[in-house]
Amino acid sequence: MMNYLLSLTIWTPIVFGFITLVLFSKNDCLARYFSLLGAVIAFIFSVLMFCHFDPNQQAMQFEEVAQWVPNFNINYHLGVDGISMPFVMLNNFVTILVVLAGFKVIKHKVALYNAMFLMMTGFISGSFCALDAILFYVFFEAMLIPMYLIIGVWGSTNRVYAAIKFFLYTLIGSLLMLVALIYLFFQSNGSFEILSYYKLPLTMGVQTLLFIAFFMSFAVKVPMWPLHTWLPDAHPEAPTGGSMVLAAITLKIGGYGFLRFILPIVPDASRELAGVMVILSLIAIVYIGLVALVQKDMKKLVAYSSISHMGFVTLGCFLMANGTLNKWAVEGAITQMISHGFVSAAMFFCIGVMYDRVHSRNIADYGGVVNKMPIFAAFFMLFSMANAGLPGTSGFAGEFMVIMGAVQTSFISAALAGLTLIIGAGYTLWMYKKVIFGEVTNSHVAEMPDVTAREFIILAVLAIAVIGMGVYPDLFVSKMHTSVELLINQAAISKI
Amino acid sequence: MTYPNLFPVLPEIFMALMTIIILLVDAFSAKKSVITVLTLLTLIGCFVLQIHVSSPSTQLTFNDMFILDSLATGTKLFTYILSFVAVIYVRRYIIDKEINPGEFYAILLFAILGMMVMISADNMIVLYVGLELLSLALYGLIALQRDNVKATESAMKFFILGALASGILLYGISFIYGATGGNLQLELIVRSMLASQEQGISPLLTFGLAFVVAGLVFKLGLVPFHMWIPDVYEGSPLAVTTMIGSLTKIAAVVFMIRFLVGGLVLLSMYWTIMLLVLAMLSLFFGNIIAIAQTNIKRMLGYSTISHMGFVALGFIVVSVDGITSTLFYVITYSITALATFGILTALSKDGFECESIDDLKGLSSSHPVYAFLLMLTMFSMAGIPPLVGFYAKFKILAALVNTGLTWVAVFAVIMSLIGAFYYIRVVKAMYFDEKVKDIQVANICVGTKVLLVLNTLMLLVIGIFPSYLIDYCQKFIG
Repeated sequence: MMNYLLSLTIWTPIVFGFITLVLFSKNDCLARYFSLLGAVIAFIFSVLMFCHFDPNQQAMQFEEVAQWVPNFNINYHLGVDGISMPFVMLNNFVTILVVLAGFKVIKHKVALYNAMFLMMTGFISGSFCALDAILFYVFFEAMLIPMYLIIGVWGSTNRVYAAIKFFLYTLIGSLLMLVALIYLFFQSNGSFEILSYYKLPLTMGVQTLLFIAFFMSFAVKVPMWPLHTWLPDAHPEAPTGGSMVLAAITLKIGGYGFLRFILPIVPDASRELAGVMVILSLIAIVYIGLVALVQKDMKKLVAYSSISHMGFVTLGCFLMANGTLNKWAVEGAITQMISHGFVSAAMFFCIGVMYDRVHSRNIADYGGVVNKMPIFAAFFMLFSMANAGLPGTSGFAGEFMVIMGAVQTSFISAALAGLTLIIGAGYTLWMYKKVIFGEVTNSHVAEMPDVTAREFIILAVLAIAVIGMGVYPDLFVSKMHTSVELLINQAAISKI
Repeated sequence: MTYPNLFPVLPEIFMALMTIIILLVDAFSAKKSVITVLTLLTLIGCFVLQIHVSSPSTQLTFNDMFILDSLATGTKLFTYILSFVAVIYVRRYIIDKEINPGEFYAILLFAILGMMVMISADNMIVLYVGLELLSLALYGLIALQRDNVKATESAMKFFILGALASGILLYGISFIYGATGGNLQLELIVRSMLASQEQGISPLLTFGLAFVVAGLVFKLGLVPFHMWIPDVYEGSPLAVTTMIGSLTKIAAVVFMIRFLVGGLVLLSMYWTIMLLVLAMLSLFFGNIIAIAQTNIKRMLGYSTISHMGFVALGFIVVSVDGITSTLFYVITYSITALATFGILTALSKDGFECESIDDLKGLSSSHPVYAFLLMLTMFSMAGIPPLVGFYAKFKILAALVNTGLTWVAVFAVIMSLIGAFYYIRVVKAMYFDEKVKDIQVANICVGTKVLLVLNTLMLLVIGIFPSYLIDYCQKFIG
């Protein structure tokens, strides 16, 4: 079984999702429990993967290779290293919570909803594990279909606009990437192996074009300023589960793409353009942080804060001193992505809990929630603090590591990035204060019951993850040292 | 006098005979359901005969005017299968619309016969005859409902434009005939051009070529020779649109392969440029105009134009690889289009035509299975993996990049992004919007439903395992 662990992780949710769709479309209850079972089994597989992962090995692990499309030399090639492994874990972990989060809330087309989430999880795991460029692309694109439906079918008022915008934005980037991949295929004498591209010599001009193509695809996903505008539209319109997956996982594929594709495949162009990337990241961190300050809609606020936090990720990926990546910064970027996976999922879930009771996302419609929902308020406090980067929570670990790296490479970047910790604390706590503290402002709030057992479980699990990751980030960080060092070496070599 | 070898033509002869029998049965029998059965049996018979007569070596007959090579065998078998499925799809619709089945199926079989002749022709005049047989049958099919104003109008349009295009084609052929010393047989044309290659290419040939290309791309429906497509798609009854939208494409592409790659390959530097321009125009206008459509048949018409643009891009890469991708594209497109129109036909009951995108609103609530199938076909047409449309596009793009036409590939990619917009709009109508109209499913039998599901799942299966079909296409090209 260990030889097929990755396949099992990927295909279990897809198969479960398909069965849910075909068999249980009439029986909502069964559909829910069956998909929960699928998500749990997939998570167990990924835990097994985590336990058997050898952190000292440079090569890919749990590799599986099979011929897929021989005409194009496309292989079904899977494997994980220290960079991708944590994301597979995170993905399967969040999916369980997402399925649980939709348990009572989604009453309309339940089977389709659960099936779409499970299939998407499989596709996402697939794109993290794929070592064949086309296999990656297929998973990467296939993700669009479920996400499009999730936003469009179960979203709120402006969902159609948001779904189409999300779809087209993501598609344009990935189509350009497809052309880039085909180009690399012919340059490498007919290979779609991602790892074989790492050694491929490319001229500067070609590298720059490839960089742009990959950048379009991944920067839209991250999203980086100025390609971010789909995110604040998609999030408020998506259902709670959709927002959780979107923020916690799909954004990470963008960051992962920078590490897996751009840095090792086009290192010279990356070096050349690193300055631009750092500036874009800093704009995202500071400017988007300021934008978040003025939001009236809670989900929009968290969406902007996601963009701002993801700015740390791209900053970490491109901080270079003398053309060499900084190890602190890269590891910080990965840690930040994982931490943001937990924190943003938790934030969106908290907003979802309130939305289910009051059916409003406006900050102005709330006030004094603590009086009615004390347990919830405590959890929300923790997650808000994590979002603001309080030491001891996961939010601190990643940002701290990136800023550490920044201090070593460019002090101004470090200062600017550090500034956002204040802004972040500003908008998060300001929202928290308005929503939670004070007197009960209206009758809707007065009728809010505290968290149910199901919600409590989700919140507690997330709280454990957030604190655990904050207190002991080494659980994941220790697994990535070898892979990150390898990546830094690869990115330092000139390919011209 | 020696008699021609009739063996390779057996399926065609069988089909012609059966068509006449169907006409007779229609005249003398009161039971109309017999005719459908006869039609299906004819197609099965042709399929079996086709397998029987095929051999690994190329067979020529009728003074080398008729060719049966692997390309012909392969594409004919596909066309028979698709026709068989299409007849099953429209069976109920024909009864609902009170179209006389005898006429419909007889003319349809003539059209299929025309396609077979086109596929197997090795001589320009035979190609032309096949094309005319197909076109005349199609004019008849469209106008079969005499009192349907839209249908007669589109038949008229199609007829006039089609006749004009045929004239242009014939005019072009006559120039080539003159320039190559009186040759119409494709291989002889190539030989005579090779012989006179040193003297350069005569202007007469290039002049003729321009006309030939214009005539050919009219049938394929490339911009600016596309005007008939949206009107015909919209005006025809869905049953006929199903036939035009899916069956005829394969024959048209094989026709192009025979003409351009088989006969005029030495002029490829001229016609690749012509096709490149036309293909890019088609991709651009097809996709842009499709966005504005509210009628799904018309939208699919414009979408066909853009798909045929992709097909033409495959021709530009004049290599086995390019032609294979073209063939793969057109076969998978035909399967996709067949499923799409099959679903739309199934949703049309009692004379109601499911043709406005608004009609599809809320379909996912009332008919989740149909909505899901239609969604798959739409995503396939948009080229989203793992559906087959992705591989079809991918293969063409790969062929383009391989020949250094990366910029064309980028253009095509951007255009397919625009294309994605109107496909996902259909999905949007089905999944996101509230129901406007009660759509009833025609009382089609379980077999038809299963066939529809299988047809659509084929898109997924070929999309995940494309190798078999690609290999198969490669074998056709040889």
